[in-house]
Amino acid sequence: MLEIRWHSRAGQGAVTGAKGLGDVVANTGKEVQAFAFYGSAKRGAAMTAYNRIDDEPIINHEKFMKPDYVLVIDPALAFSADITANEKENTKYIITTHHTKEELLELIPKLKGKSVHVVDCMKISMDTIGRAIPNTPMLGALMKVSEMFEIEYFKNAMLKVLSKFPQKIIDANMTAITRAYNKVK
Amino acid sequence: MARKKEEGKVMAEKLELQDIEVWDGNMAFAQAMRQAQIDVVAAYPITPSTPTVHGYAKFLADGYIDGEFVLVESEHAAMSGCVGAAAAGGRVATATSSQGFALMIEVLYQASGMRLPIVLGLVNRALASPLNVNGDHSDMYLGRDAGWIMVDAFNAQEAYDLMLMGFKIGEDLSVRLPVMVNQDGFITSHTAQNVKPLSDDVAYNFIGEYKEVNPMLDFCKPVTYGAQTEEDWHFEFKARQQKALMDSSKVISSVFEEFKNLTNREYKAVESYLMDDAKVAIVALGSTVESAIQAAKDLRKNKGIKAGVVATRVIRPFPFEEVAEALQNVEAIATLDRSAPGGTLGMLFNEVSAALYQSKNRPVINNYIYGLGGRDMTQADIKEIYADIVKNAEAGKLVTPLQQFSGLRGPKLSFFNQEQIDE
Repeated sequence: MLEIRWHSRAGQGAVTGAKGLGDVVANTGKEVQAFAFYGSAKRGAAMTAYNRIDDEPIINHEKFMKPDYVLVIDPALAFSADITANEKENTKYIITTHHTKEELLELIPKLKGKSVHVVDCMKISMDTIGRAIPNTPMLGALMKVSEMFEIEYFKNAMLKVLSKFPQKIIDANMTAITRAYNKVK
Repeated sequence: MARKKEEGKVMAEKLELQDIEVWDGNMAFAQAMRQAQIDVVAAYPITPSTPTVHGYAKFLADGYIDGEFVLVESEHAAMSGCVGAAAAGGRVATATSSQGFALMIEVLYQASGMRLPIVLGLVNRALASPLNVNGDHSDMYLGRDAGWIMVDAFNAQEAYDLMLMGFKIGEDLSVRLPVMVNQDGFITSHTAQNVKPLSDDVAYNFIGEYKEVNPMLDFCKPVTYGAQTEEDWHFEFKARQQKALMDSSKVISSVFEEFKNLTNREYKAVESYLMDDAKVAIVALGSTVESAIQAAKDLRKNKGIKAGVVATRVIRPFPFEEVAEALQNVEAIATLDRSAPGGTLGMLFNEVSAALYQSKNRPVINNYIYGLGGRDMTQADIKEIYADIVKNAEAGKLVTPLQQFSGLRGPKLSFFNQEQIDE
């Protein structure tokens, strides 16, 4: 069982990202779960979304999770949210930030000694999609760090997930995924 | 009315579905409702069932639905609209949750009394006060005396399957009763998982054409719905209604069977998991059933505890004999109720105990109130409950409190102390 926790603000697309990842993974024959906690939270409020991925049908419905990956798609949440909650010894962090990894570790000392990766999904999404929706670039970064799928295979699968959007948006998302894949450190 | 369309009107388009879709429980409801080719949906959206109504409305706007969709001014009006449309002679459904369901209550009794096979997708949520949008079974429990057939889905796949079967069960000419299909708010309704849908044609053919019974729109044969009866006929009427509800269990079984033949997915009035050699069992509803199976598997593997799970797939008509049979060979049972008990024991405790009291073997049984307002039911919580009832099984009598609150912060809370009864 692979478990992923997303830290996001409502409206940034973490739920869509988690479900998009779920769609891709389900097409490979695996079982997925994608869910979020938002309750009555409104746009801009801090929230978390989750994925579980397994070879067997997923029957555990507890919200509690010890994540293998923590994906932070809003830069400020790395500072204000409890991103290390219920971490495991080998939990990997992918954090959206304009800082270098060294700068970030100085600013958030509790991340020192952990497997931390940085990528500026916010800038990438602004530059490519034109809006601050850092979910798809984060998936590109996750593919690099986790080696879950070959990037070309993943992009092809994402084309299907994004098929309801206009071609321009699809192309921009593809560029964003590739850019984050190449830039994550 | 039904499906006869005017000449020249464009018919709804079919939707190509993949063999495996990643849907949450609301999407599962909306897709099954679309495939059922409903004549009238009257609805007033409320969290967490909003995406069912929203999803259905989007299918309509996108040309995938022919039926009428009426956005009304309240849930009371939503169910009233459903009653009117069903009496007029059409296939009818709606969806709601929590406060919306509470506001429908008056009309729920009207629907069952008028023997109208309306299907209601109930996405379970807590009842205020305090206000809470998250999942528990307060609304489900509130509806249990309303004379509806009630079935419960433990995941999104089952929400889809049971919504399809709901139409076929309720509309059966020997049943003609409304059907409530429950799923957990958020935990099921907003969690996307792998779902294997049927194609539009296969799904619709499984349910079949709507069969009209005394439609009010048949002006050649005027009929009255909801007439007044006093002490002369009310009692006889209600007795017949009870008989119809009790007899529906046969139709429910045969629809489950037919569905299994079509999909290889099996449903039973009482579901048993890991029960062949189980010594201790949890009885629960909703997504907790699946979480408990996970915990039972782990306990068997790691601790050698022979744990099992029993769940009432059909809540009404209550499968009295099947419940007793499923639990005959265990030594201790925990009944888990996700609804504030309002000064008594939980519904599952009372009803399971009643079923077992009439049977040969009477395992030790206790009650847990849990998960109110969406409080997480963790694997650790469930394993703690199993550990509790292992103690009861070993002692051969109740050594734990009769009613406890699981997952509650603060001091332990328990009620109905057994020692007081022993004295």
